[in-house]
Amino acid sequence: MSESPPVARAAGSSPRRSGLTGSTVVQAITQGSPAVITILAMFAATVIGGLLIVTSDPVVLRAWDSFGYAPVAALSATWTSVSAAYSAMFEGSVFNPATVGAAFHGGSTAAIFYPLSLTVYEATPLILTGLAVAIPFRAGLFNIGATSQFIGGAMVAVWLGFAVTLPPVIHVAICVIGGAAGGAAAGWVVGELKARTGAHEVIVTIMLNYVLADLLFYLLNHHGMLQQPHQSNQVAPPVAANAALPHVGGPSPQASAGFLIAVAAAAGVGWLLSRSTVGFQFRTVGANPNAAKNAGMNVERVWVLVMLIAGALAGLAAATVVLAGGSPPPPLTTTTAGNIGFDGITVALLGRARPAGVVLAGLLFGALDAGGTYMNAATAVPTDLVPVLEGLIVLFVAAPPLIRAVFRLRDTADTGLEAAGKGWNG
Amino acid sequence: MERVTATTAPAEPSAAGPRRPVPRMPGAGTRRFAAAGTFVLLGVADIALFGLTARSGDAIFALSLPGAGVQLPAVHVAAAAACFVLGGISVAAGLARGLARLSGRLNRLVIATALVCFLLALLCWSDAANPAGPLNVIGLLQGTLTAAIPLVLGALAGLMGERAGVINIAIEGQLIFGAFAAAAVASAVGVLWFGLIAGSLAGGLLGALLATFAIKYRVDQIVLGVVLNLIAAGLTTYLFNRVMAPYSNTFNSGNFFGTDKIPGLGDIPVIGPIFFDSNVFLYLTYFMIIVVQVALFHSRWGLRVRAVGEHPAAAETVGIKVLWTRYRNVILGGMVAGIGGASLTIGSVGQFQPGMSSGFGYIALAAMIFGRWRPIGAVAAALLFGFSKQLGYVLQLLNVPIDSQVLAMAPYVATIIAVAGLVGKVRAPAADGKPYVKT
Repeated sequence: MSESPPVARAAGSSPRRSGLTGSTVVQAITQGSPAVITILAMFAATVIGGLLIVTSDPVVLRAWDSFGYAPVAALSATWTSVSAAYSAMFEGSVFNPATVGAAFHGGSTAAIFYPLSLTVYEATPLILTGLAVAIPFRAGLFNIGATSQFIGGAMVAVWLGFAVTLPPVIHVAICVIGGAAGGAAAGWVVGELKARTGAHEVIVTIMLNYVLADLLFYLLNHHGMLQQPHQSNQVAPPVAANAALPHVGGPSPQASAGFLIAVAAAAGVGWLLSRSTVGFQFRTVGANPNAAKNAGMNVERVWVLVMLIAGALAGLAAATVVLAGGSPPPPLTTTTAGNIGFDGITVALLGRARPAGVVLAGLLFGALDAGGTYMNAATAVPTDLVPVLEGLIVLFVAAPPLIRAVFRLRDTADTGLEAAGKGWNG
Repeated sequence: MERVTATTAPAEPSAAGPRRPVPRMPGAGTRRFAAAGTFVLLGVADIALFGLTARSGDAIFALSLPGAGVQLPAVHVAAAAACFVLGGISVAAGLARGLARLSGRLNRLVIATALVCFLLALLCWSDAANPAGPLNVIGLLQGTLTAAIPLVLGALAGLMGERAGVINIAIEGQLIFGAFAAAAVASAVGVLWFGLIAGSLAGGLLGALLATFAIKYRVDQIVLGVVLNLIAAGLTTYLFNRVMAPYSNTFNSGNFFGTDKIPGLGDIPVIGPIFFDSNVFLYLTYFMIIVVQVALFHSRWGLRVRAVGEHPAAAETVGIKVLWTRYRNVILGGMVAGIGGASLTIGSVGQFQPGMSSGFGYIALAAMIFGRWRPIGAVAAALLFGFSKQLGYVLQLLNVPIDSQVLAMAPYVATIIAVAGLVGKVRAPAADGKPYVKT
């Protein structure tokens, strides 16, 4: 035991090209590469979630009461409860075997891809708000206000969607841009206040979440503003057909061009952060604002710009939601934003504030959300299990030493999964 | 522009030394006139918006609750005239701000004067000859204190951890955990005090989780707090739907602490009903404020805690156990927040509802930052918030022609203005959020 780490390290640092050979794979698994840690974290979260499902299932608890004389029944009830919930989650988000059988018997082939399209549909706003949190993170700011920026974007996008008449392609483009602008405005307030008065962005974003939520309620509650005519509920009218984002396929709500926007935005953010001068300034300010100032960077301007871009991304997220089209669900209600800002934070954290990571994390959480809804319908396990699972995954991913200890992996130098604690002072 | 900052910046660290938020910045002049203009505008608003449009008649402010033993005569104010006077004061304050260089303390006094004038004018205007009856000042202030309880306890929890160098964003989760456990245990056991203890322990449990991951596994503390909130909210909602709601007679029967008037003090007119005629949670909150303030700033214990939060390596060299101090403070803080959570269920409505902490934890976090990591400052911020929230309800009861959503927005807008105008740049404990590794 005492000799193995130096050996492993020597093998790792040897000059031979380390392709995907057997030994590198084994090494990645035994030492816990970031990918392995993430998978193990998901596994650990699944196990805890399973315990939660079982211990709150009355059928299972009753079976365990009679464990003494019917142990097999108790164990099988436990297994049934957990496996039903998790397989429903998988069927609702990735692939449902039943659809293949149906397709052979004259059903629709598109139905096979329906769960995946739901995942993509759920993932779209998560990716965009995840980016809206990730960029400020890289610049040393904590954006708890993606909700407010989302609402700002949603108000503008939906208004342009129903109140304006424009030709097909131009209309939807204007709405998407308007959404980004609305979000950017809400983000700009935060950056500007911080730059001018030093007001802490955490306070301002928290408060703006409430302000914008109340403003949205106000606008949805008044005719001539955002409320649908002849309605007493707080709902906005459906957007015009020209303003709806084109669907990638199948009935709504499903994957729309919004997902392409999200992926493009992630690519754009990736370019911005790693290839542009502005992105370099963002990262420098994030790493050390004093050093950035000494190097001649305008830290205040960076703050404003960062929050502007973050707001625009959250606004884009809102645009993809309210412009998704489909008549039955109204595009915008008081609950449309929901918990999106905090979901965005967890997505950004799981994606380690890297654009590619955010896309993957968004897809994972999108799958959990889509699967959770299906699971609730199929097995009556509350959908609230999903946030618990999501939280546990992020928690475990953020603590590689814990995962290593639980799964008896060899201890190595930090893999970089732990974010460096920076605190309030930036 | 770029060139100018490049040439001036390197000189700054030596010239400024330890940086302080002094108002002598480039643009301080424009800021002064902007502030002065704002106060003058506020004054004009007092006169034009409230004074000129007020119903002719008196605004009546009741100073005792209906049914109280000693009934004080209500205060009658000629509403329009009062608005004019208040507006005049505000304009004068604005002019003083614009024409003279005031010291920081006077400056804050001016801001406070203008805001208080605006508030009083609003009250006079809304209550002038109001058919809905007099405005009960006692009820308003009583409600303010009640609304502030979870915020104060949450903010105290936050600053206990942060003074020792651990960021606690999980206040929201500790509140909801405390609320859940308090309701469940109080209902299942049938003893309210057990519920209170259970709520505190549940908050402490989440605090222990936060401490372990933050201190032992060195997880980024902002990440950790957000994630714990997510888990706590999800878990309590999950358990509510799965267990609590189906067996609500057992687990969510909805008992709560009644009011206990403090003998003697509670009978003092005006002060008594506001401060000494509430349930046990308000008294616990007083106790906590005093204990935390004294312990942190007037005891050896507090000096050590603050040393750990500012410079853990130095603290270690003089023999203070850094990690142990952090564990202890975060867990104790969690227990305080758990009591705040319990106040939401067994302190007011009895029954648990999913998501009933409704962002109080985040507002408490804001109050803590607002109060510059000091108990008294955090209490002031929580009171400001509670007051503007309660004022919204009261004005709605008075049928004031302001939309209820606009009123609902007021506390949050007020906080943003206060943070931007009054507080400005704040400085957290130096080691806040930084994991400590023994070298």
